Parts: sequence; structure tokens; C-alpha cells
Amino acid sequence: MSKMYYRELYCGTPVRYWAGMALLGTIVAIAMGAAFYMEHNGHWVTGMSNQVVWGLPHVFAIFLIVAASGALNVASIGSVFGGPMYKPLGRFSSLLAIGLLAGGLAVLLLDLGRPDRLIIAMTYYNFKSIFAWNIILYSGFFAIVGLYLWAMMDRKANRYYRPIGFAAFFWRLALTTGTGSIFGFLVAREAYDAAIMAPMFIIMSFSYGLAFFIITLIAAYMWGDRELGDLRLARLKNLLGVFVGAVLYFALVFNLTNLYVTQHHGVESFILLNGGVYTAMFWLGQVLIGGIVPLFLIYSPAFDKARWAIAAASVMVLIGGFFQIYVIVIGGQAFPMSIFPGKEVLESSFYDGTVNAYAPSLPEMLLGIGGIAIAMTMVAVGARMFKVFPESLEDPGEGA
Amino acid sequence: MSVKNDQPDMNRRKFVGTTVAAAGAVVVAPGVLLHTVAGADSESQGASAKHRWGMLIDANKCAEGCSACVDACNSEHGLIGHDRPATDAQWIRAVKLKDLNTGHINRLVMMCQHCEHPPCVDVCPTGASFKRTDGIVLVDRHICIGCRYCMMACPYKARSFVHEDLKDQSINAPRGKGCVEGCTMCVHRIDRGETMTACQEACHKDGHGAILFGDLKDPDSEISQALKSQNSRQLRADLKLNTGVRYSNL
Repeated sequence: MSKMYYRELYCGTPVRYWAGMALLGTIVAIAMGAAFYMEHNGHWVTGMSNQVVWGLPHVFAIFLIVAASGALNVASIGSVFGGPMYKPLGRFSSLLAIGLLAGGLAVLLLDLGRPDRLIIAMTYYNFKSIFAWNIILYSGFFAIVGLYLWAMMDRKANRYYRPIGFAAFFWRLALTTGTGSIFGFLVAREAYDAAIMAPMFIIMSFSYGLAFFIITLIAAYMWGDRELGDLRLARLKNLLGVFVGAVLYFALVFNLTNLYVTQHHGVESFILLNGGVYTAMFWLGQVLIGGIVPLFLIYSPAFDKARWAIAAASVMVLIGGFFQIYVIVIGGQAFPMSIFPGKEVLESSFYDGTVNAYAPSLPEMLLGIGGIAIAMTMVAVGARMFKVFPESLEDPGEGA
Repeated sequence: MSVKNDQPDMNRRKFVGTTVAAAGAVVVAPGVLLHTVAGADSESQGASAKHRWGMLIDANKCAEGCSACVDACNSEHGLIGHDRPATDAQWIRAVKLKDLNTGHINRLVMMCQHCEHPPCVDVCPTGASFKRTDGIVLVDRHICIGCRYCMMACPYKARSFVHEDLKDQSINAPRGKGCVEGCTMCVHRIDRGETMTACQEACHKDGHGAILFGDLKDPDSEISQALKSQNSRQLRADLKLNTGVRYSNL
């Protein structure tokens, strides 16, 4: 295998790079405006309420945070599992992971009731709270992945490459366990309170993270006019297929388990049969767009090396993943809590016993999209400053 | 007479020892003193584990169409609505229930159940959700970051998020935009030594007497006697949170 050279991202003409940056910057600026609008007026201007307390920004944030830990997988395969085809992609994998996490956390922070109290969140810890643990896991992720990137880029630090690679891999597993457990530890709501949430979120992160990785890799190599070989993409594509199948499997086990428990029949029929928009999002969004169609695009011999099919499958995995998180976060809150088992609520001023309405507002949407733009801006700036992308990723002659 | 002696001077050693002890006492004493002073009035001024405040709500006495307790709570704590029921704060609410099998109809009021093991306190990342030693579950408005995880975790939908700017606040309950809040069991009254919450007072005034507030740890209190003599239940007792609010005739 010929020696790999890494180079900063230049996109032919400066205009091409800076135009891209300007576009991302504009989206981020609009998102900041939206966040200011919501914080200034208070959350009543959003779709959120005392019934659905986590809205669209949480969907975006959790989606990005889950994808972030998954984006690191390509680097982990290269260092922990010794995959030579993946090793040259490790730097970009780490950079993307940092960017996605930063984007997700920015959205999460700006959706808090008191985002100005970030310093309190960083200094007051209740160690029984999985949320507090997550704050530590997120901060640690930045530090460890930063070191990992350094170990990959600095020849002098190369001896730390493997131990840091292992540390980063275990940290990312812990991080997604923490994210899944935010829901897994909620005894109050029937849609949550399941230990399977943690491993399910891990497998979701594998899938979304890799899909993000493939899309951004293809985009960056087009943007920078660099060679990207079919063989490597085919490897990534096949791996994505396995992850997409695994996500479907976990969704199946999760729902089958709930279907066995009579107490959970209500919430199951809400998600699977008569939940209106949530049922549609589950079957059409999560299962069809996010699962079955991508699997077809990935495994059908008709699209063997078709790059558009790989890109389309990745985008659909992301769209399906977004719907999956939407159904978990908002569908789970929309379903009424069982405060009075065996009773029907005839009257309540606080929407007891009824399906809670939630309609996302424009500012929430703009803030969420801004999170993706923040992630992409960080990746674009990072790739310009550091030697992250191999000059060429053309297929190796043989072996590998 | 000069004594040649390689033994140390015991007087000097004693002097050093005494000095160190005195200096130590000077450093430590004010701390001990302050600590004692701070703890001295804990019985009368702060929360005490000798009490556990609770409520008993009689679902048979909660009158149809009555909103006395809700109105009293709102004015006591300065909860001003904006005609936006989905986002307006509600610390107490009336709920009308029908048994799915028997068709029996009940009415009761819901508020923070002041659990012994509150899930909101478990999940709060900063410790803003906390339980006083006398069992009252509160939110520290100074360190609440408005993440709303407690609202996700509460099995009783007992909390509200302040969705807008606040005006004309009540001195009884300082509130904060972007923070989460809920029933305080009129902690300001308890700390003044009063024995009735605003909701109980209003309910009694209207002649219903559906709400009984008192000390669950005092065996002679009215609430303890009532709980001993009649059947009552906790909502979502399966969660084993040991709520401070109990219901009878439900």
C-alpha cells in the first residue's frame, strides 16, 4: 500500500470554500436569532408546553449527539479492530464526531430555560442524575477524542495511538449508554423505562454516525476535488447495511417485549396503530424510509457501486433516524401518563388522560437545523486547519 | 552553676506545645462557635426531620364545579394565567375521574405528591430539585437550569415550566422565567409556624373540608388520626415513592 498523505482541505478556488462557509455561517446566524427569540419571549412561543416539555430542539440535539458517538466508529475500527481500509479515515471520523457533538450540545444548551446558567450545569452535580453523568461524559468525549486526533496526527504521539483509541472506544460506548439511559431510567412514562434503551441507542448511533460519515465524506471529496475510491465506499456501505438491519432488529425486540406486557398495550397501539402522525412516522419514516429502502439500495446488485445509491441510502438512514428519535422523544410524551390506572379522566385543566398535542414551531426548527450547520462548520474549519483528509482515497492496488 | 546537658529544655518544649494548642483553638473555635450558633435555632427556623408534612384528600368531599383551592393557590403564589392553558403554570388542579369498570365518578385535586423518594430529585442534574428534611419537595430557583428533566420524570405531572416573563410576583413564592416549579406545600406558611396551607384554608372556608394538611410524623395530629382510622391510598403506589399526599374514598 502506498504511503498516505494528508492535506488541509482546499476547494480549488478560495471562493468555493468561503462560499460554503458563508452559507453555513448564515444558517448558524439564523439559528442564533431563533434561539434569542425563544429565550427572550419565553418558551410559550415554541410548540412546547407543560405536557410536551421536550420538543423539536431535543430531537435534533439527541439525534446529533447519538450520531456523534457513532461517527467515531470508523476511527475505532481502524485502531481498536485493526481495519487497514478504515485507518486513513480515522482523523476525519474523530473530527466529525467532535463537530456533531458540539452541534448537538449547542442546540440542547440553547433550548434550556436558563442557558445562561451553563456554569451552574458545569459546577453543581447531582451524581444520582444520569443527566449530570452525561455532562461529564460529553466533556470527557471532547477531551479524549481531541487527544485521539492528536495521537493520529502527531508522529511523536503515535505510541499513544492504540491506548487512546481503546479509551475513546469505551468512552463512546459509555456516552451512548448515558444518552439512552436518559429515557431508560424514566419510570414515570410507559414509552420509556426500559433497559434496552441503552443498547438500542448504541446501535442507533452506529447507524446514524456512519450514515453521517459517508455523506460528509462524499461531500468533502466532491467539494475538494479529491479522489475517493469505490472499494472503500463499498466497505462503508456494507457496514451501514449491517447497522441498519441491527436498528430494525432492536426496534422489533423493543416493541415485541412491550406487546407482551398488558400494561403497555396502550402505548404500543398508540405508536403502532392509532397514534396518527406518530404511527405514520414509525412505519413510513423509521421502518420504510430509514430501514427497508436503504437496505434495498445497499444490498441490491442493481446498485452495486452506484455512488448516488450509497448517498441516497445514507440520507434516508438519517431521515429515518430523525423520525425514530422524534417518535421516541415526542411520541413518548404525547401518550398520556397513567396516573390513575383503571380510571378514565372526564375533566382536567392540565390535559390529564388525553393525547398531548405538539406542533413544532419555526424557531425550534431553525435552531435544530442550526445545530447541524454548527457541526458542519466545525468540520469544515477543522479540515481546513488540520491535515485530516487523505490527499487521495483511491483504491489500493491490491491487498489491504 | 552551669549544667551541661544535651537534653532539650522542657520548659521551651512546653511553651511551644501550649502556643500551638492556643493557636489551634483560636483558629478552630470561631468555626465551632458559628456552627453551634447556626444549628441552635434549627428547630424553630429551618426544616426539621422531626416532621413530615403531608395531606389527605377526600375524593368524596371535593365538590363539583368548585375551584376554591385552585384560586387560593394562584393568588397565594402569584400564579397569573395568560389564557394559554397548555403553558400556564398550575400547581394544583381538579380532576374528575370515572372508574372504567364500575362507572363510579370521583373528583379530586392533584398537586406535587411530595414523595419520600422523589424521581424529580433523582434526575435533576444540578440538585436544584431537592427534598427538605421535613419531606417538602422544592426547586431551588437559583440553580435550576430549566432542562425540564424533572417534568419528564414526575409520574404525577405535578410541575410547570415558567414559559414567559413574570410580573407582579408574590413575596410568598419567588419564581423564575425559564425555571421549573410546583406546589411548595405553602412552605412559607409552615416556616412561619402556620398550620394550614392556602388550598386547605380555602376548601374549609367553602365548607367542603376535602383537604387535610398536617404532620404525618406526629401520631396525635388530625391527619395521622384520620389516616389511621380510614382507608387511604397513594397514587401510583406501585412505584413505591411513599407520597406525602394521600387520597381517601378514591
